[in-house]
Amino acid sequence: MDKVTVTIDGIQVTVPKGTTVLEAAKQVNIKIPRLCYHPDLPPVSGCRLCVVEIEGDRLLRTSCSWKCQDGMKINTKSQTVRSSRRMALELILSRHPMLCTECVRNNNCELQSIADQLGIRETRFEYSARPGGIDDSSAVLVRDPSKCILCRRCIQTCELVQSVSAIGLEGRGYNVWVDTPFGKGLDDVACVSCGQCINRCPVGALYEQDHVARVWAALDDPTKHVVVQTAPAVRASIGEAFGMSAGSLVTDKMVTGLRMLGFDKVFDTDFTADLTIVEEGTELIGRLTNGGALPMLTSCSPGWINFIEHFYPQLLPHVSSCKSPQQMFGALAKTYYAEKAGIDPKDIYSVSIMPCTAKKYECQRPEMRDSGYQDVDAVLTTRELAKMMKQVGIDLPQLEPGKYDEPLGISTGAAVIFGNTGGVMEAALRTVYELVTKSPLENVEIKQVRGMEGVREAEIDLNGTKVRAAVANGLANARQLMEKIVAGEADYHFVEIMACPGGCIGGGGQPIPTSMEIRKKRVEAIYAADRALEIRKSHENPAIKKLYAEFLGEPNSHKAHELLHTHYTRKTVYKETVA
Amino acid sequence: MQDLTRVDEIVGRYADTKTPLIYILKDVQKEYGYLSDVVLTHIAKKVDIPLSEIYGVATFYSLFTIKPKGKYVVRCCNNAPCHVKKSKEVLEAIKSYLGLEVTETTECGTFTLEFTSCLGLCAVAPVMMVNDEVYGNLTPEKAVAILKDYKMKGQSNA
Ligand code: SF4
Ligand code: SF4
Ligand code: SF4
Ligand code: FES
Ligand code: FES
Repeated sequence: MDKVTVTIDGIQVTVPKGTTVLEAAKQVNIKIPRLCYHPDLPPVSGCRLCVVEIEGDRLLRTSCSWKCQDGMKINTKSQTVRSSRRMALELILSRHPMLCTECVRNNNCELQSIADQLGIRETRFEYSARPGGIDDSSAVLVRDPSKCILCRRCIQTCELVQSVSAIGLEGRGYNVWVDTPFGKGLDDVACVSCGQCINRCPVGALYEQDHVARVWAALDDPTKHVVVQTAPAVRASIGEAFGMSAGSLVTDKMVTGLRMLGFDKVFDTDFTADLTIVEEGTELIGRLTNGGALPMLTSCSPGWINFIEHFYPQLLPHVSSCKSPQQMFGALAKTYYAEKAGIDPKDIYSVSIMPCTAKKYECQRPEMRDSGYQDVDAVLTTRELAKMMKQVGIDLPQLEPGKYDEPLGISTGAAVIFGNTGGVMEAALRTVYELVTKSPLENVEIKQVRGMEGVREAEIDLNGTKVRAAVANGLANARQLMEKIVAGEADYHFVEIMACPGGCIGGGGQPIPTSMEIRKKRVEAIYAADRALEIRKSHENPAIKKLYAEFLGEPNSHKAHELLHTHYTRKTVYKETVA
Repeated sequence: MQDLTRVDEIVGRYADTKTPLIYILKDVQKEYGYLSDVVLTHIAKKVDIPLSEIYGVATFYSLFTIKPKGKYVVRCCNNAPCHVKKSKEVLEAIKSYLGLEVTETTECGTFTLEFTSCLGLCAVAPVMMVNDEVYGNLTPEKAVAILKDYKMKGQSNA
């Protein structure tokens, strides 16, 4: 029998065998409080907030890990349960500074809302601070262990989802905290800046380095011409930060909101996503016909680039030399656009809105100054943009639709699907197919590369030539593929990697919370955006054609290489410590 | 740079052990006195376990130490019976004499100050140990006098 029936607070429910009590309770609309459980991760059962009483069982059980058994009678709200949860929470609160008004997670904090849910108005224990100081050594993340509630989601995420293991527990018992080895800070370890840990932290113990202040300063500076680009995935998620349901597509409202904030030009990263496809597609065809390291690996996810530089430097020749769309945009904003608009590039301040925290690292790379200036000056995460809008009372869901500025705001359906796993592959294949076969692609929807599985493989027929493709999302899955390549067991031509689960729609800078359910809805929104666009192939983007005609010459030209391509650095997992 | 050849030798010893980490750390600590960042990083690479995990183990067990210890390790008992006999005053005197907080080591490497739990000598509380020697019935003055002797000893045969 693979179904079991249990009774939860008098309500019968039948669930598949192996379902936890917490999941079963959700089906009868009971949300059991939880602080350490996260739907993406295996339970650690540390917080004990989710305890329930099971008839005939002497002990309270943690519902996040306790499996339903046929006939089980569960009480989720008895007096014992309530007082035990309250005690667990009060003990957690006794080590929490409760600085909500000055906390990044104020109003979006699981600890706060559980304290509210349980009706905590006072606590019995005196506050005693946790050990461990603030770590802001990374250009991207800040860790504040004083706010940590030791749910371990970050450690699990880093280890199981990303296979990076940058952080771990230090010490024991009362004096335990999350830290990097020897307390040297994230900058000292091979943290890839993906921000997945931030996205799963229930409290304000992990957050991104703030770029909001510098963007306000640029907007307030009358001598600056401030341009903004928006990544594909942001339009499919920012609504959530304003209470809209997951999967709300708010492209047009977001454009209006950005104008209201005072940006001089509102452009779209999708424009350079199309450009990336033309450059990268041409590079792939070059490697297929003239030789070059195969499989070719995509290069648009900076968390992935950090990962391969640290963990598989020997495979760097496989990585496409194309910059990410963000950086292509940055290089063009201060050259092509500056020229066209007659603005001195030194007066242009270039901001990007990204679902990604690693983009904050990428924009500061020394290679990313091909315009003669830092190509992208500031990167705001989706969360940060939502905060800026809220600071000045912009109510996104109510806004009238707006349109992107030209020419760097014109894009195709192939560009928007960069926002999710499989999208870059699909967009590239749409273009490569037509460039190679010189005949039109009948059905642009290449469903074989779609989906949410960690690793997917497909073979696409280009009029007789077969292209073997693989797609991975999440770095633990990327690692699997890299091991295959290292072992010589992979015969792919083209591999797409995105560092984050689900691709950019599941990025570390996206609204919190995230889960598979939410990521799937965002993906649906992205594909809907693709379907709604008239042009769905990058090489047909008229603004891109014009860009080549006016400025770059042809794909992979000398000038294109100068501005749109980059190189990578071999790194090690551990810094070579000099004692 | 610490010489790492002995680490290699120790790791080699446990090549056939299923979960060798604790054994390796134990032997390495015995050999080097403590578990330094250089040594642990080297072990991480050798056994292919992330450093964050090894560091977690090294800081979890109190038998491991990640900091070099002084020549004389002063352990003050801080359990209840000693506490009742004013072990706190003794500790404060020691702290100010050595200029150390608990778990710290003097710059010259002579003293490390630590807590210990009950040594079973409550009859002569308050109690401290210096390396393997036990001292009971302490007063702040007595404790400082004892440490003065150690300091002289430390200097004379330095
Ligand atoms: S983490 Fe949550 S409870 Fe703690 S200070 Fe921040 S908002 Fe308040
Ligand atoms: S940002 Fe990514 S790599 Fe860095 S600690 Fe967090 S999960 Fe690990
Ligand atoms: S930093 Fe956040 S995610 Fe990590 S253990 Fe602490 S509370 Fe949990
Ligand atoms: S959610 Fe179950 S123990 Fe924390
Ligand atoms: S309490 Fe100090 S020796 Fe027993």
